[in-house]
Amino acid sequence: MDDMYREIIIERYKDPHYRGTLDPHDYTFEDENPLCGDQIRVDVRADEAGMITEAAFSGHGCAISQASADLLIESILGKNVEDVKKMTKQDILDLLGIELGPVRLKCALLSLKVVKAGLYGLGEASDALVDDDEEF
Amino acid sequence: MNSSIPFDLQRIRSDFPTLQRQIHNGVPLIYLDSTATAQKPQSVLTAMDEYYRRSNANIHRGVHTLAEEATAAYEGARQSIAQFIGARTAREVIFVRNTTEAINLVAMTWGRTQLQTGDLVILTEMEHHSNLVPWQMLAAERGLRLEFIPVTDDGLLDLAVYQQLLEQGPKLVAFTHMSNVLGTINPAKEMIAAAHQAGALALVDGAQSVPHLPVDVRDLDADFLAFSAHKMVGPTGIGVLYGKEALLNAMPPFMGGGDMIKKVTLRTFAANTLPHKFEAGTPAIAEGIGFGAAVDYLKTVGMQAVEEHEQTIIRYALERFAEISGVTVIGPAAEHKGAVLAFTMQEAHPHDVAQLLDREGIAVRAGHHCAMPLHERFKLPATTRASFYLYNTIEEVDRLAEGVEKVKRMFA
Repeated sequence: MDDMYREIIIERYKDPHYRGTLDPHDYTFEDENPLCGDQIRVDVRADEAGMITEAAFSGHGCAISQASADLLIESILGKNVEDVKKMTKQDILDLLGIELGPVRLKCALLSLKVVKAGLYGLGEASDALVDDDEEF
Repeated sequence: MNSSIPFDLQRIRSDFPTLQRQIHNGVPLIYLDSTATAQKPQSVLTAMDEYYRRSNANIHRGVHTLAEEATAAYEGARQSIAQFIGARTAREVIFVRNTTEAINLVAMTWGRTQLQTGDLVILTEMEHHSNLVPWQMLAAERGLRLEFIPVTDDGLLDLAVYQQLLEQGPKLVAFTHMSNVLGTINPAKEMIAAAHQAGALALVDGAQSVPHLPVDVRDLDADFLAFSAHKMVGPTGIGVLYGKEALLNAMPPFMGGGDMIKKVTLRTFAANTLPHKFEAGTPAIAEGIGFGAAVDYLKTVGMQAVEEHEQTIIRYALERFAEISGVTVIGPAAEHKGAVLAFTMQEAHPHDVAQLLDREGIAVRAGHHCAMPLHERFKLPATTRASFYLYNTIEEVDRLAEGVEKVKRMFA
């Protein structure tokens, strides 16, 4: 239909590569976005050096939120936890390769918010985690 | 009198459609009631009109183009306002109806959860009713103790008494940054620091200060700041509660309903994140967008320039009124004062003064200006109040003084 639904987004939504849960895991977090009713949980395993060895997401929601979660998981595998904590809104937009307005941006950023909240060990996910204009 | 006006006053005046109006028989309008509500520039009217004509849609929930545009404009306004007051993030900017609602929000959420029987709240004698009644209501409900910083004869807060009150371990100090009657600009930064040192939080009523002075919440270290759009060239029906993020996060929600939730079941709900947690239901969208345009307008002029211009005006007005015998201005000297001139005339009642000035095209206000205890303090039933803003001129001060002299002659 248009750029927002690039092939990769539809494809990852229909057939995600990293859907599932990991038990046990080193990090886990879950949050939701009231707009589309998106819900995402992410489980992460890391080795002693802090390198992410396995990760998976579960939940449901719109194509933007689920595809972004799938692409995000793919991109963090093999990365150091500390580097992932530094990921930004722009990183997600680069992964998706689309422009988003303020409403749908929340869908796209839910997975990054969840991953970062989990890695930081937070009780609640703050929007500051995915706002590039702020220091967290 | 030729003064150094820090901007092109005629151009500013031409931005405001109402200021082009004539009253009665071709008398030009002299609008001296901006403390009650300010006039609106064309850019604010256009921003709201554009929303209704082009992008009218509900915000946050829609994914269609109009909803995206409306959300972007509304949230853009929030960003602009956050930057205007120096907030750390736009999440600290909660849209409410006005200053009154902002203060009630704090009383009903923070106050109800944090204040217990016997707890002390410090207010001042110069408060607008909006920063008195919510605390009186909560005091009646919770058995709180309210104490008041007195006002001196020359219209300043008695800070020695404030220091004594602080020793009694207050939980909150809530005070106006600038009096809507006396024009007194209170030393907010020092008062907040003293409150913090005593272990209290500080709420600042910024209804008059934010429109007229540069106000930076981080510099002040205010815990809460309340202000209204309509007094700062924006529309009615929208205002802001600024709060420090950690405080807002710890507070329970205010009203329940749509947009303030993250998740709802038949018996439970989880509150949404900031700022939406405090914004139940469809908000005043056009007004929020208009508020953003108002702040953008003031940013362009520059708040430092607005303050300077108003200082020039009030200095001149005080000099001019000192020459009129039988007329008494209440409030402090110009260096402690914003551009508010409340006065009494020996011969005539304030309502008559206001009525007769209107015949000259001069709009002023008469009454107690929602500060009955302050008028009680000065043993005055009412005052006539002229208040000035960025669009007022020295010539208008002359016209006011001439008008007052004319009224005086009529009643002599």
